[in-house]
Amino acid sequence: MDLFEYQGKQFFAQYGIATSPGGVADTVDDAVAVAETVGYPAVIKAQVQVGGRGKAGGIKIVNNSDEAKSQAGNILGMDIKGHLVKRVWVEHASDIEKEYYASFTLDRAAKMHLAMVSAKGGVEIEEVAVTDPQAIVRHHVNPLDGITLTEARNIAIQAGIDEPAIEGVGEILVKLYNAFVKGDADLVEINPLILTPAHKVHALDAKVTLDDAAAFRHPEWEDYRATQEYDGREKLAKERGLNYIGLDGNVGIIANGAGLAMSTLDVVNQVGGQAANFLDLGGGADANTMTSALEVINTDHNVNSVLVNVFGGITRCDLIAHGIIEALSRVELKAPLVIRLDGTNAQEAREIIEPYVSDKLIIRPTMLDAARTAVNLANGGVEK
Amino acid sequence: MSIFVDSNTKVIVQGLTGGQGRFHGLRNRDYGTKVVGGVTPGKGGTEVDGIPIFNSVEEAVVATGATASFIVVPPKFAADAVIEAAKAGVSFVVCITEFIPAQDEARMYNTLRRHYPGTRLLGPNCPGVISPGQCNIGITSGDIALAGGPVGIVSRSGTLTYQALYELSQKGVGQTTCVGIGGDPVPGTNFIDCLAAFEADPETKAVMMIGEIGGSEEERAAEFIKENMTKPVVAYIAGVTAPPGKKMGHAGAIISGSQGTAQAKMKALEEAGVTVAKNPTEAAELMVEIVSKLN
Repeated sequence: MDLFEYQGKQFFAQYGIATSPGGVADTVDDAVAVAETVGYPAVIKAQVQVGGRGKAGGIKIVNNSDEAKSQAGNILGMDIKGHLVKRVWVEHASDIEKEYYASFTLDRAAKMHLAMVSAKGGVEIEEVAVTDPQAIVRHHVNPLDGITLTEARNIAIQAGIDEPAIEGVGEILVKLYNAFVKGDADLVEINPLILTPAHKVHALDAKVTLDDAAAFRHPEWEDYRATQEYDGREKLAKERGLNYIGLDGNVGIIANGAGLAMSTLDVVNQVGGQAANFLDLGGGADANTMTSALEVINTDHNVNSVLVNVFGGITRCDLIAHGIIEALSRVELKAPLVIRLDGTNAQEAREIIEPYVSDKLIIRPTMLDAARTAVNLANGGVEK
Repeated sequence: MSIFVDSNTKVIVQGLTGGQGRFHGLRNRDYGTKVVGGVTPGKGGTEVDGIPIFNSVEEAVVATGATASFIVVPPKFAADAVIEAAKAGVSFVVCITEFIPAQDEARMYNTLRRHYPGTRLLGPNCPGVISPGQCNIGITSGDIALAGGPVGIVSRSGTLTYQALYELSQKGVGQTTCVGIGGDPVPGTNFIDCLAAFEADPETKAVMMIGEIGGSEEERAAEFIKENMTKPVVAYIAGVTAPPGKKMGHAGAIISGSQGTAQAKMKALEEAGVTVAKNPTEAAELMVEIVSKLN
């Protein structure tokens, strides 16, 4: 789960990481009230989970209540790269002497935690990584050892952080690591991490991705979850326990297992089609799961055909077949179904479906055949 | 021959008294796997369908001489279960549990590496391992595999592993061992571990490798193949059309920026001399062709 900036700052606050005084607002009046409290000049920042919001006009400095009112009005409701701005974060504008970068994540290749620190903050770190890779210090932390203040200070020195900021950056790195581990994050990133003329170091932004698998030990995440934005179908799928991602094409995909689902997308593409979604039924799917999946896909008006690709391991194909037949009686399917079933009890499954076969319900023997048929149908072709 | 497990492997199941543990554990036994015990704290002295249950892995190992463990416990307890097995001297641990928190997984991996280097962990979030006709630990359906070799399979994805096994078996090509390494970011056993084992196994004559988007393990595997493998390798990578920034089901299957794309992995493998297939069916067909030329 990706947090909004204001949530990231709330998350940081739990672990003692200093940020600018501020507050979140979802109306113009509230935004002005926060600005009055934190004092001018203040910054109004659009809360969207997409980069480049500054360039898009989603971050503005205001010097009085009139400016606050008009800028908050501009930003709230703004569309930034398809993201509607529903909230703004308002904070006191900081005097900035220097901008740095700091983050912790998991290095999958080294199988250890990775600290990344740079004296070149305030710009996209991916850009720095390309144009000036030497400017980023990468330091591995063994999860069994953690990070000490001395180690953190040394990383700061290596990264070329200015002398007056070394102590502050070191302290923040230790706290940030603690937030990363105790807070069960996949990523914690501060960009920019700033040094003020008064030689204080604090976080001006917060990018946090939480590990959904750890939600069981973080009841406090419920608040974050409530503000997550899913499109209608993704929400419906989530409620039904399906793993669904919406895409742009017109062939609906239902498969069991993430690998097979991904592979089905690829095969559809290879035979000239485009998938409308990724949908993984998960292990041990039954009739109910199958019906839910068809219901979810049925709400997508772009879908012209649906490809069901199931390989029975633990999942029994006969149960999937029953699910399809049951779905036919419960849902009025808009698009024709093309079905490929293999593996456990596939023969029984085909026999169950056989009596229902029509131009809206087609069985194909292999994944490739099924994909070709589904793509042909999606593009207006006819199949027998 | 086979890698990691064979007909002599004695297995205990941690979590045998649970619904899933019972189902898969007994299924593995029915396949012919030597399932010699189960472990559930507090249920020692009972049994599951004739298999004795012990309170701890240590007790189970002492009583049965088990060298492998099959872990089927919820994510909350999985990391502790793995470490308990390692502590008790179990040398091969298969953990199928999905959704173990990443922080727990990183600690688990590094604990094994530092304190229990003699233990190999397969998984977590994997389908397990099967040496057809000899030993099946995990959730793979034994009847889709064909004993006798000559192909070794290593895969990051569960259903694609079944698909590969099934297609090869249908075409009459057997397998020495099929290893599902799992789709998590920090797998205990990686492609290279399996490729090296297959290279060293005299019965394995060719290897099928199934990867997916995310991370750089396939690229590293490609380097290894180039330097060290004499046996032919056929590879398939899923996720060519996967959009960046979206987790495609597995926690580890995500393209971040330009990192971890299927295209980059396929290119690296091709440059290493691997035969790269466009889809699972083609991978099986290419393997049949390679096997037919072996003799």
